Amino acid sequence: MSRIQLREIAHARSGDKGDCANIGLIALRPEDYPALVTQVTAERVKQHFRELCRGRVERFELPNLNALNFLLYEALDGGGTVSLRTDAQGKTLSAALLRMEIEI
Amino acid sequence: MIRIANAQGFWGDSLEAPLEQLRGGPIDYLTLDYLAEVTMSILQKQYARDPQAGYARDFPQMIERGAKEIVQRGVKVVANAGGVNPETCGEAVAAALARAGYQARMKIGVVTGDNILDRLDDLVARGIELRNMDTGEPLAAVRERVRSANAYLGAFPIAEALGRGAQIVVTGRCSDVALSLGPSIHEFGWKRDDWDRLAAGVVGGHVVECGAQATGGNCQVDWETMPDLAGIGYPILEAEADGRFAITKHPGTGGRVTVAGVTEQLVYEIGDPRAYITPDVVADFTTIQLKQAGPDRVQFWGIQGRPATHFYKVSISYAAGFKAAGTMTYGWPDAYKKAKMADQILRTRLERLELKFDAIHSEYVGANACHGELLSGEPSPDLAEVTLRVGVRGSDAAAIERFTREIAPLALNGPPVVTYPASGKPKVEEVVAYWPALIPKSEVTARVQVREA
Repeated sequence: MSRIQLREIAHARSGDKGDCANIGLIALRPEDYPALVTQVTAERVKQHFRELCRGRVERFELPNLNALNFLLYEALDGGGTVSLRTDAQGKTLSAALLRMEIEI
Repeated sequence: MIRIANAQGFWGDSLEAPLEQLRGGPIDYLTLDYLAEVTMSILQKQYARDPQAGYARDFPQMIERGAKEIVQRGVKVVANAGGVNPETCGEAVAAALARAGYQARMKIGVVTGDNILDRLDDLVARGIELRNMDTGEPLAAVRERVRSANAYLGAFPIAEALGRGAQIVVTGRCSDVALSLGPSIHEFGWKRDDWDRLAAGVVGGHVVECGAQATGGNCQVDWETMPDLAGIGYPILEAEADGRFAITKHPGTGGRVTVAGVTEQLVYEIGDPRAYITPDVVADFTTIQLKQAGPDRVQFWGIQGRPATHFYKVSISYAAGFKAAGTMTYGWPDAYKKAKMADQILRTRLERLELKFDAIHSEYVGANACHGELLSGEPSPDLAEVTLRVGVRGSDAAAIERFTREIAPLALNGPPVVTYPASGKPKVEEVVAYWPALIPKSEVTARVQVREA
């Protein structure tokens, strides 16, 4: 077992719907997808983003794409046009998720 | 098979992409997506000042520049450029064709009926509360401040316009995917209950709706070796009557069409993947099958859909106060510490002035602005520079205006090694917020007009 950052086995893209950010997390190789499913849980993602995300985190599985989709509620300081953040639409949150460490 | 080329992912995207899509190889349709949520309120404001405005002015200009190819190659164009004034946009397109020397050479279709701004009070009076989908609040809470209100129409009005001979179709608000789904419905005769085919059209539309984000733009995989991003090709959807489709781009263009890049786009701005709700069908993204089918070509099949809901989504914008953000840049050494101290000084002064804000937010660009302090870690004292960016938001415009005068003084009366934008004090902006709601489909009637250019 070794501890690695998600960036070594996955890529991601993120965006916004109102004050909710979505992050799609995709395994680079299909054989790594099960590790994402077991370790990158909604609870861990909420903990990971506790500074930025005030609401809950919801997770959906897309096994056909070796992907997970996360919805981070109340994560954009009010949403695209209201937010005072540089990243008002959550475009860089994809990479922020890839900082998370998992065991492989 | 038909080839549907997208050349605009939002208003502000490449001005050259439409011409490159027209000239780079054979296409049957050109689609352009101009309307972000924020765009509708801007266009509504322009329309209030000038009844001849309120649409994407880039579009008639693009038609004028591309008229020769559009006419000679018979390319059909579908765009939501109409904004809050599709009829006038249609007239502007006709005028653009005339200027290019192609008067009365084609029919123009205009889709309206999405704009429900003038009907809000009537709707609410009849018990259609237009509650906020996120918070559950009834519209009454913000009714007086509403700026625009539009239902997202589906793809069938576009198909109808094409069926009545329109070569250029201008719409107001419709679902982004409708722009490319409409042509498939028209060409292949897909029915309103062809759920799987409609879902396939939705998925194809979702892949291409953000332009070059499907062809290697903004792609995390192998970005350093992405070929010729300066000349990136925009996506082309090759649709088949049975719902299968491929995503590709013109030969010789930059970028790359790969499973990795296309998959990033598939998961972009989606919610529950089993229920991607559009006006025409509920698509199930967990049924998508795809594979690399050659260089710059990804093949899709197997997509399933379920019956559409009885509602249209409505996007309502409303005025929600004011905001401003200002910056100061601090240089090595200890750039972050200096920026932090400047933030404390600024906040103390704002407090002494007794200015009231709903929110004040400080960021350290270069240290942790995007990912926050927790994830970014302790900034190095050797950072070359850090930009302090402070934003405030509130209902009192005068307080926000006063805030904008408190940034620049830091250049002389705060921590050292500091520089700031020559453009002067920050601008006060009006905040426009969004109110997503649902409306029964029976309350909204799409209208399709087709006339000679």
